Amino acid sequence: MMNLYTRRVWTNRIGMALSMIAMSLGLIGLMWILWTLFSKGFAALSIEMFTQDTPAPGTEGGGLRNAIVGSGLILLFSMLIATPIGILAGIYLAEYGRISKFASFTRFMTDIMLSAPSIVIGLFVYALFVATTGGFSGWAGSLALSLIAIPVVVRTTENMLKLVPTSLREAAFAVGAPRWQVSLKVTLRAVKSGVVTGVLLAMARITGETAPLLFTALNNQFFSTNMGEPMGNLPVVIYQFALSPYDNWINLAWGGALLIALLVLAVNIGVRVAFRQKDKR
Amino acid sequence: MSDQATTSSQEAALLVRNLNFFYGDFKGLNNINMDIARNKVTAFIGPSGCGKSTLLRTFNRMYDLYPGQRAEGEILFNGKNLLDKRQDVNLVRAKIGMVFQKPTPFPMTIYENIAFGVRLYDRLSKSAMDDRVEWALKKAALWGEVKDKLQQNGLSLSGGQQQRLCIARAVAVKPDVVLLDEPTSALDPISTAKIEELIYELKNEYTIAIVTHNMQQAARISDFTAFMYLGELIEMGDTDQLFLKPKIKQTEDYITGRFG
Repeated sequence: MMNLYTRRVWTNRIGMALSMIAMSLGLIGLMWILWTLFSKGFAALSIEMFTQDTPAPGTEGGGLRNAIVGSGLILLFSMLIATPIGILAGIYLAEYGRISKFASFTRFMTDIMLSAPSIVIGLFVYALFVATTGGFSGWAGSLALSLIAIPVVVRTTENMLKLVPTSLREAAFAVGAPRWQVSLKVTLRAVKSGVVTGVLLAMARITGETAPLLFTALNNQFFSTNMGEPMGNLPVVIYQFALSPYDNWINLAWGGALLIALLVLAVNIGVRVAFRQKDKR
Repeated sequence: MSDQATTSSQEAALLVRNLNFFYGDFKGLNNINMDIARNKVTAFIGPSGCGKSTLLRTFNRMYDLYPGQRAEGEILFNGKNLLDKRQDVNLVRAKIGMVFQKPTPFPMTIYENIAFGVRLYDRLSKSAMDDRVEWALKKAALWGEVKDKLQQNGLSLSGGQQQRLCIARAVAVKPDVVLLDEPTSALDPISTAKIEELIYELKNEYTIAIVTHNMQQAARISDFTAFMYLGELIEMGDTDQLFLKPKIKQTEDYITGRFG
């Protein structure tokens, strides 16, 4: 009796110890990355980073203004494309096509898209859009990023809508509402905060994507708000500058990496804080 | 069994004829025939799983939402068969409202909860809509409690208030029939009493069909009672007569608590 009990206690201790070790390994890695990023990034941070454009080779100083604005524009337009498509497709999957063949096919494709390597998506847009329209452009970048964001939005929207109790859906039908009104005005509204969270997390996901932009928006060392031309953006600038021999370029790369990390962190924390109240209801 | 289930002396709002209902291969209702009297309260009683809710849900074709569920036979409403495939389901539901077991306010303001259904079929001016909302809330005996907080979320109300909001919402679209599926089973006794009072008021203008697990409730509020068992209509008649002198042994056993 006692023997069995002691064995259980020890199995428990060993199990706990192993999982603690596994957790610390993961945590150490994360902390290391964050520490390096923060120390080097904050050292590189300056006002000039936001007021000057990326420097030419061999010149001193310089900033990231063109890349920051370019990234902002590309992100904005990719989310403008991805949000309506993603939400409507999510509604279709959850409300209209629960059991249809087309819906399960769409669901399957969405899952594949979710795990598709982003470089493949970049190449796809390059072949289909860049090569046919005659050049790299901000639009192509937005398109590539939206292709990555859409499946994330679709999945969260569908999963959120599936949590809506049947009784609420039936109640909306019971006043004589057609299905599209039930979906858009009642069930979608019931899970509004969850869907917004999904959209913001999708945005966080594409903020740091580099590979798709290499083939689409490329880069632009001058300030430009013309989406029809190659456009500067943070991930590609970081990629190029980090591998360069110039100290000021490497510094700027660290600063840019810190900006992206802070933005993603802010979105994640913001989402949690903003919707904490409502989830408790 | 089918002949004695009619109340032909009364004018009927719904005429049910040879109704069979299927959940896939399982037969949920077996050859139901009955008349639901206009501007009266008809109660459906019976043990769990006897088909009373299923029957109620055929009246507004709620089962249509679920593939695999189907009804055969006729339910005549204003001379037309509700079960007809060509019948517009949304119009049926606007004319035959429903209130559910659990209060289900929409995730919007109290005002919008009422206006949502009205807007579907009526184009009202702002002031006419205000009047309609007030009228519906008064009908549901809720106006006094919410008139100062119409812009608050419907979910902020108490359970009993939420249920009256749902009744107001059903009444606001001016239906002919109101279906109540165990409307008080999730409520406390005081809220239950309020809803029962409300049902009594509402029957002057609406035909009411109510499913209830509570036999005392059926006896208190209904004019007619239908006893169902295993998907069949066993007995239907005047509530007083059914409770005091049931004609059929099974009914008597059930209402005296010998089974169910």
